[in-house]
Amino acid sequence: MKDETGIQLKRKKNKNRLIEVGAIIALVIVMAVLLPSVIPAFRLRLIGRFLSLAIVALGIDLIWGYTGLLSLGHGIFFALGGYALAMHLKLQIPEGQIPDFFTLYGVKELPWVWLPFHSFPITILALIIVPGIVAGLIGYLVFRNRIKGVYFSILTQAALLVFYNFFNGQQKIINGTNGLKTDTEKIFDLVVSSPNVQRTFYIITVILLVLIYLLCRWLTTGRFGRLLMAIRDDETRVRFSGYDPTGYKVLVFAISGTIAGIAGALYTVQTGIITPSIMQVAFSIEMVIWVAVGGRGTLIGAIIGTMLVRLAQTFLSESFPEIWLFFQGALFLIVVTVLPDGIVGWWTGYGWDKLRSLLGLKRSVVTYPSLAEDPEVQREIGEISENK
Amino acid sequence: MSKILEIEDLTVSFDGFKALNNLNFSMNTGELRVIIGPNGAGKTTFLDVITGKVQPTEGRVLFKGKNLKKIPEFKIARMGIGRKFQTPRVYLNLTVRENLDLVCNSNKNVFSTLFSRPNNNETRTVGGLLETIGLDTKANLQANLLSHGEKQRLEIGMLVAQSPDLLLVDEPAAGLTDEETENVGALLLSLAESHSIIAIEHDMEFVRQIANDKVTVLHQGALLCEGRMDDVQNDPRVIEVYLGETPTTS
Repeated sequence: MKDETGIQLKRKKNKNRLIEVGAIIALVIVMAVLLPSVIPAFRLRLIGRFLSLAIVALGIDLIWGYTGLLSLGHGIFFALGGYALAMHLKLQIPEGQIPDFFTLYGVKELPWVWLPFHSFPITILALIIVPGIVAGLIGYLVFRNRIKGVYFSILTQAALLVFYNFFNGQQKIINGTNGLKTDTEKIFDLVVSSPNVQRTFYIITVILLVLIYLLCRWLTTGRFGRLLMAIRDDETRVRFSGYDPTGYKVLVFAISGTIAGIAGALYTVQTGIITPSIMQVAFSIEMVIWVAVGGRGTLIGAIIGTMLVRLAQTFLSESFPEIWLFFQGALFLIVVTVLPDGIVGWWTGYGWDKLRSLLGLKRSVVTYPSLAEDPEVQREIGEISENK
Repeated sequence: MSKILEIEDLTVSFDGFKALNNLNFSMNTGELRVIIGPNGAGKTTFLDVITGKVQPTEGRVLFKGKNLKKIPEFKIARMGIGRKFQTPRVYLNLTVRENLDLVCNSNKNVFSTLFSRPNNNETRTVGGLLETIGLDTKANLQANLLSHGEKQRLEIGMLVAQSPDLLLVDEPAAGLTDEETENVGALLLSLAESHSIIAIEHDMEFVRQIANDKVTVLHQGALLCEGRMDDVQNDPRVIEVYLGETPTTS
């Protein structure tokens, strides 16, 4: 009997996997092929930006939802990725010239940090690796000293402020508060803001979102993912089981930072500018809110939460320009008080079963379905009632 | 017979308060030792020092002849010391099988955990353990749906999955029904056949069930007496500590 349930379980798993793969392919076709031809270009650009934000949300979910480390500093990695790509675009000018903003500050020669960004492959490599290394370093220093919980959050926020002020002050290197404008620059001899280039960025964003989603899926299932949850739920126990949590946490934080860097680059080219304001405290907190709304520890929730909050913001700010912030506040309050597990968490934990029993597809149960429908438990209930 | 654990002149003080005071202790390989003592006797600190959670102020702890000073917890665990906590600490959001599988993992480095898949050997160990702790029908149930007693058994199973040489068990019978207590006792006795075990316990009924070998009594961070259960129970010092002028309340 035990083996039978094992096979059933596997079959069910395979079926679910097929459904998931199908859903992803369908979504990609809708998003990448259909959508660009039906909605206007500026709307598409907006959606592209939201999708890149969904990529950061995946990174936050990895470190917060699964590993239990609430990072309030992901703006750093997001900005690093964005700046890397923006610097490359700024350098698409005739040989020997330097980006024009430098003349404002009397800089005659290109600062050395800019030199690697002449090359496109190095830029791509940098926007992936640099945020990862910075995150890994911060993570190593913090986790080695067993700083966790709220102290970790405070430290990441402090790091964010350090980077924010540093970037603001570096006018001679990266144009300080004014940031780097990318819209009028060229990539492969095409203007970045032209509809075709923007559509390409949009499609790249969709593809990368799917790839990063699959990466996160791979990381969070299997032993590694279960260990992350174990670290979240009881780190001391993990340590006494012979695991060193530090390495795991550093790796996950670095991956999360890398993901944020990629997202930052995609966001920047679809926004047209990157400034240090991307590292404002409120923006990094908003990233966390997307994940909370969608549902911590459910990857799809991170994406849904981001899209929902951002689309609602756009819609409400267009329809009710004066009071839309109240709606946003209300949404967060509802999530915190009524749906502590987020939308997806509520759906899988309660909504789906409720819907099925309302439709008469399934018995309604008072206790946990996994208990009340367990064949073993059913058998025991039967025995007890027979004995009576 | 070889000593699995030796503790020499161990003192642990927290801001001047001596939780353990000049303690000497040793036990043989394969022994099941029960440690009793009133509240505040230093029993849990004793385990904390062995597992590396707390560093000794003075003295040293030798496990299989090796000094454990300054070795981090996870390395001590890999050397072969497993610990069960007072309240059951299992991973509530994982299933019973996943709980055991995590501990069973033979190579606990980051990258081998990420890339390797559970091998047949480990799967078989997990299957065997599920039967030993009597949770095979609930293997795919989330651990937070288990009863208190089942969680206790699962945690003991997780200890064994670590395949340690020395098991440290902190109050395994706390909060259990009589029937569950007996189950846990039988489980410990069967484990004692192949492991060295230190069990800390309050419940005298339970101690009588499992204490075949020596019993150690701790009092105010020091060793009060040591011997067979019957002798210890009749020792006037022990009676005074437990029942003396100032009865200890729990």
